[in-house]
Amino acid sequence: MQPVATTFFFYFLSAVTVISGIAVITRRNPVHSALALIVALLGQAGLYLMLYAPFVAGVQIILYAGGIMVLFLFVIMLVNIERAQKEEQFNKQWIVGIVAALALGVLFVLVYMKGKGLFPQTVAQLPEGENTQGIAMLLYRDYMFAFEIASLLLLVAIIGAVVMAKKRI
Amino acid sequence: MVPITTLHYLVVAAALFVLGVIGVLTRRNVVIVLMSIELILNAVNLNLVAFSRLYGLHGQIFAIFVITDAAAEAAVGLGILIAFFRNKETVNVDEVDLLKW
Repeated sequence: MQPVATTFFFYFLSAVTVISGIAVITRRNPVHSALALIVALLGQAGLYLMLYAPFVAGVQIILYAGGIMVLFLFVIMLVNIERAQKEEQFNKQWIVGIVAALALGVLFVLVYMKGKGLFPQTVAQLPEGENTQGIAMLLYRDYMFAFEIASLLLLVAIIGAVVMAKKRI
Repeated sequence: MVPITTLHYLVVAAALFVLGVIGVLTRRNVVIVLMSIELILNAVNLNLVAFSRLYGLHGQIFAIFVITDAAAEAAVGLGILIAFFRNKETVNVDEVDLLKW
């Protein structure tokens, strides 16, 4: 007897995420797109919780929905959106773009159909309740060098953003 | 009722990825193109976390690094957008052709 709630929440969160994703790329007003993207990110954080990844779900909510989206909304307010809304929203190659993207989607489905046997379909039982501890051990011990490189990358990004956005240095 | 397997998550991630690619290839507004790139990165993250359920926590570490990169990319991309908007008063991708003299 399978629990029903897992199935229900999976389809509910997936529908929320995908429908918000469609709204992101179709809305005319960039502010509406940003709000739809926040909903998509929250739905995806729910999917992370269903995959027993509470730390990544928290990082997703705090950093993505809280930090990066505030940055996006800030920039949308800075640039002139009234004029951009009256213009054509899609470029001239939109037919080619949609055909290429759909070909990519068909490729994904074919690969999944052929390669389904390559990974186990039964879910391995990881020890629960130790997610954050395990991530901390990996991040600060095994992936220490990559962690330091990531901090350097963030420093470079901060300097780059300030240099780019400032009028005169 | 069909139990939810890793394949279900992969299909959702593929749908998000395709949506992001459509947004990057068809929209003119730079802000929405950057948001579509965020959608693509999130699809990759969903794949990584779904596989980390099978093979241990390393996928979640990679997802955290991808989120870090997404933050850096958004900051630099939006900085470029502000600098460009100050010079040319437009946010459309196909009008960013200063190098094409």
